[in-house]
Amino acid sequence: MDSLLFLIFAAITVICAINLVVQTHPISSALSLIGVMGSLAVLYLLLGGEFIAAAQLVVYAGAIMVLFVFVIMLLNAGGERKKPRRLWPRYAGIPLLFLFLALMGYVGNRVLPPSGDVTFGSFVGGSAQEIGKRLFTVYLLPFEVTSVLILIAIVGAIVLARKEID
Amino acid sequence: MNFFIVSLIKTVIVVLVLLHVLAYLQWIERKVIAHVQLRVGPRRVGPHGLLQPLADVIKLLTKEDMLPSHVNTVFYFLAPFLAVMFAWISISVIPFGPIIKVGPVTTGMEITDLNIGVLFILGISGLGVYGVALAGWASNNKYSLMGGLRSSAQMISYELPMALAIAAPLLMLNTLSFRAMTDGQAGYYLGFIPRWTVFQGPFPQIISFILFMVAGFAETNRVPFDLPEAENELVAGFHTEYSSMKFAGFFMAEYANMITVSCVATLLFLGGWHPLWPAAYGSNFLPVVTFAISGLICFSHAANPARPFDRITLPVFGVLFLGLAALFLVPPLQLVLMPLFWFVSKVGAILFVFIWVRATLPRFRYDQLMGFAWTFMFPVALVNLLVTALAVALT
Repeated sequence: MDSLLFLIFAAITVICAINLVVQTHPISSALSLIGVMGSLAVLYLLLGGEFIAAAQLVVYAGAIMVLFVFVIMLLNAGGERKKPRRLWPRYAGIPLLFLFLALMGYVGNRVLPPSGDVTFGSFVGGSAQEIGKRLFTVYLLPFEVTSVLILIAIVGAIVLARKEID
Repeated sequence: MNFFIVSLIKTVIVVLVLLHVLAYLQWIERKVIAHVQLRVGPRRVGPHGLLQPLADVIKLLTKEDMLPSHVNTVFYFLAPFLAVMFAWISISVIPFGPIIKVGPVTTGMEITDLNIGVLFILGISGLGVYGVALAGWASNNKYSLMGGLRSSAQMISYELPMALAIAAPLLMLNTLSFRAMTDGQAGYYLGFIPRWTVFQGPFPQIISFILFMVAGFAETNRVPFDLPEAENELVAGFHTEYSSMKFAGFFMAEYANMITVSCVATLLFLGGWHPLWPAAYGSNFLPVVTFAISGLICFSHAANPARPFDRITLPVFGVLFLGLAALFLVPPLQLVLMPLFWFVSKVGAILFVFIWVRATLPRFRYDQLMGFAWTFMFPVALVNLLVTALAVALT
């Protein structure tokens, strides 16, 4: 059952990701990206990362992508115009892509140490309580530094927006 | 396999009940608003207009399905579908009562109990924006687009105070699962004050409750926050170009969202299915008395009917009410019905407030709406969260 769900949602993720690149209209691409985010959340859930799945849904699929769609709608961006391509990228593109993937796979296999098989349900530290405990004990410094970083980003955004308004 | 069958049965029950509640909520809304405005409301179709929802459904199904020529067809059809889907998914994590035993099966009265129930609801309600936003954009119409833009901006803004208002009671209950949350609100102070989070120490969550309800009104696009469909400015807002079943989809989504918000408010703040006062003081007899009195009122009106038709319809309702009262007296049924009664009455009370507000309050101006969210609700929710955290840390 787990493997079946994994295959279904992995397929949806890949199809949405390809669709994201292939589509010419920005709204279609944004919606495909939401599909990618949503099915990634399901994959996290299958692997036992409940909190990460929920955060993925709330933050990425919910908040960030709504802003994307909002901006696309506000600017009323139209579909992109395709320029006719040269002949050789059209025919050499796909073989080169496969060559690149094969090379990446080979290098990854050689350089990275083999990790054990991933089994569904073996990871149990994904609940909100566990993550909260980790964040405030083991990862306290990175957590706080990230919050300072976000604060700086917020202040920067306000400063930039002010310049536009004045 | 047992799990699948039980889940399937529960899903079918929840969906069927929800469909009927959605249809009749609209009848109740029309009736309540009518009575607030000293009218009688729908009463032509069936006794007291009780078959009006059925007539509305037939009308919506058989109406001509218009497809405007200038729309973006794919997204135009996708939008109501998304709206309904996201509105309905969130119902699946809401428990309506305690764990019950039916024959050999022991199961909770919900479709599923997630460890991250609250986060799931927040995530899905965040996705609900896409239905409205896409509808506005795909209609290719300036009023629809304005409605869609307003709606997305409003829902993003109000999600923030809503999440902060939810976080405060969570600090006290120390869980994200709705069932565990309701269990944390069982019991009474001094034997009669319920330990609901609105009353629970160390810091009663009344402010969070009010903030949550206000944000809930905004999230469901209800009056006084119904700017996305403000008819005097935007014709009908994001659903201007929609007709027949696609329009009904948005309608259903709005009502389903209302029900979800009411259920979440009940579970988070009003103790779920735990009664207002303990069974030792006779709270188990409240439904019996209420239904029996309703039945007797029906009979007394039937004795001297205002209209000839009432001679037949009112006794039928009287018998129905008395039958309901009798059901609550059967001990094995009581275990199931009492929690349901309390849950439904709390949700019903909140839904009544939704309708009441719609009947009485005027609409906000758009800048007031955004200013209210960012300069009033957000700081208040933040301070409330901090005070709650301090109170919890000190105890």
